[in-house]
Amino acid sequence: MSLWEYANPKKFMEWTGPVLVWVAILAAICTVVGLVWGFFFTPDDFRQGSTVKIIYLHVPSALMAINAWLMMLVASLIWLVRRHHVSALAAKAAAPVGVTMTMIALVTGALWGAPIWGTYWEWDPRLTSFLILFLFYLGYMALWAAIEDPDTAADLTSILCIVGSIFAILSRYAAQFWAQGLHQGASLSLDKEENVADVFWIPLLVAMAGFVLLFLALVLLRTRTEVRLRRMKALQARARRA
Amino acid sequence: MKALLLRDLKLAIRAGGGFGLGLAFFLIVVVLVPFGVGPTTELLSAIAPGILWVAALLAALLSLDRIFALDYEDGALALLATSPLPLEALSLIKAVAHWITTGLPLCLAAPALGFLLQLTPQAYGMLIFSLLIGTPALSMIGTFGAALTVGLRRGGLLLSLLVLPLYVPTLIMGADAVRRAADGQDATTPLMLAGVITLGSLAILPFATAAALRVTLR
Repeated sequence: MSLWEYANPKKFMEWTGPVLVWVAILAAICTVVGLVWGFFFTPDDFRQGSTVKIIYLHVPSALMAINAWLMMLVASLIWLVRRHHVSALAAKAAAPVGVTMTMIALVTGALWGAPIWGTYWEWDPRLTSFLILFLFYLGYMALWAAIEDPDTAADLTSILCIVGSIFAILSRYAAQFWAQGLHQGASLSLDKEENVADVFWIPLLVAMAGFVLLFLALVLLRTRTEVRLRRMKALQARARRA
Repeated sequence: MKALLLRDLKLAIRAGGGFGLGLAFFLIVVVLVPFGVGPTTELLSAIAPGILWVAALLAALLSLDRIFALDYEDGALALLATSPLPLEALSLIKAVAHWITTGLPLCLAAPALGFLLQLTPQAYGMLIFSLLIGTPALSMIGTFGAALTVGLRRGGLLLSLLVLPLYVPTLIMGADAVRRAADGQDATTPLMLAGVITLGSLAILPFATAAALRVTLR
């Protein structure tokens, strides 16, 4: 039995039903525990005070903003190569979640930047890349919305997603070349010494796990909705013909 | 291939409106800027490189939806798809034709508009040069966007939403080259990177464009 059998819409609906419940419960537990722990049971930073607590929303949402696009890219490639309809629908379902995550990362970043950097917005490479990513999401979703035939829409948006990925990476490095930034470098890498202290790090990890699970739950839910929508349209078309 | 290129060029020049409209738009955008920011010489010459590049980019955007739309409506695109010429080559030719009718005139007209914006004298050469290197990428990316939206009724607005984010790297490199030249710095690095984007677009995007056209024509 191959892995691809789970992509059959009927099979997909069967196994995601029970899985979704557990993913949603786990997501709720991790997100709530991570955020409550982070907001109320961690000390204030000695320089930033309590503003450091924005990190528990900012970092997980930024993580998912990028990974959502990555997931859309993988799903688009699977659609183009293997023509699994569920894959195209999952890519479609992930876009609004991804754009929301990007939005959360941008807004929390602005709120964090105001007291610490003294400005809501700075044309910093990372900030700029996220803004461009936001525009890519909007274009992708607009293209889905504009095309009526579902297969044509899936094909064209998949092509856009692949080309968009190349240009998103290009924009990121171009922006790095173009401006010096205020944003700090990576401070959560596994192989370096100068990481965030453990008191902040562990609740942050829980919050990040929560956001990953939250993303999974939302995408599964939305994909199931899309599958049902597709079935309903097929039924309506059949009813009209009869 | 040559016949197709000539046909596209003739159509663009003779079938009124398309050709020259981009240039006029370029002129108007550049003229509007001083009204918006005030006629101070220092301010204008500081923002001139960026404004000229952004205006050129918008002018190139204006004629994109004509690349495939007319051929699609009268069925010529379907005929071209059945010809022995691969769709990849067709996409490349369409982009070249768009560049010759839009990008090239923009490059040539840009210095004249540089006068209006008090561009620093030593930056004129770099302005033409960076536009010559960067605008082919704009045409190729635009052709890809046009192929994505060709079958849609209200594709024009969507086209700009899809294409403008893709223009960002080219814009950054092109405008940076001119800005460096205006400041008397060495502009080789951004210029070479703009060349990289152009060559990369010309190498990859014809395939993506052709794939999009095949989906639309299916």
